[in-house]
Amino acid sequence: MSNLFSLFNTSASALSAQSVRLNTVSSNLANANTAASNADEAYRAKQVLFQSVMDQANPNGSATAVRVAGVSESEAAPHAHYEPNHPQANEEGYIFRPAISVVEEMANMMSASRNYEANVEVMETSRQLLQRTLQIGQG
Amino acid sequence: MSLSLDKAMGILPQAVNVRAERMELLASNIANADTPNYKARDIDFRSVLESASGGGTTLPMARSQAAHIDPTAGATNGPAEALYRVPSQASLDGNTVDPQMERAAFAENAVQYQSSLEFLNRRVSGIRDALRGDR
Repeated sequence: MSNLFSLFNTSASALSAQSVRLNTVSSNLANANTAASNADEAYRAKQVLFQSVMDQANPNGSATAVRVAGVSESEAAPHAHYEPNHPQANEEGYIFRPAISVVEEMANMMSASRNYEANVEVMETSRQLLQRTLQIGQG
Repeated sequence: MSLSLDKAMGILPQAVNVRAERMELLASNIANADTPNYKARDIDFRSVLESASGGGTTLPMARSQAAHIDPTAGATNGPAEALYRVPSQASLDGNTVDPQMERAAFAENAVQYQSSLEFLNRRVSGIRDALRGDR
């Protein structure tokens, strides 16, 4: 049997998944200019992977929540810059900066925040509808 | 004519139930808008309501023994058959959710839920007025 209450779980799962995504974006942006003295130590961009969750208690139900299956690190090699005066430069004078595209991260952030908004709206609408359902026959 | 409260409500409770179920599906679609390989789902309101109210194209289950479960008793409790949406613009990660369309469908469904609820509410107050009989 369907009920509107399980809808809150679904939307809430999406809110937490999207906020994990926003967290990775902010960590990527914060570290966009972090230098390291060798390629292995350089920061690598993080990406989240979403996965839908089958409700095991009710496999035929219509509610499908979402969860973060994992956070993966980008394979892109850090960029080497020749900056011999940099305190972290290695013997050859190179520092390594992470291969983070700020524009890409901003687009990712906007997509996450729009999706977050959509889910908040869904929750708000269903809250109103539930409240109206509770008021049947009172007027 | 005897008044049966079950029949007095007509098809409206089923309609509200089917609307609630559709809400759930659409909310799942919106929640999974960025999930790879998620396929958007929806139900055909007309056919689901028809089968919930006893009509429709699906054959009813027959009972040959009294011990069998009465299929009409819980007709609205079974999950509606969810169909997969045909994507207008499929994305590379296998996700078929179109967020704009889902939001529009959700808003439309919310208004229709509200109107079903309003009809039900009027029906209830009509019956209450009839029972009271002082106005």
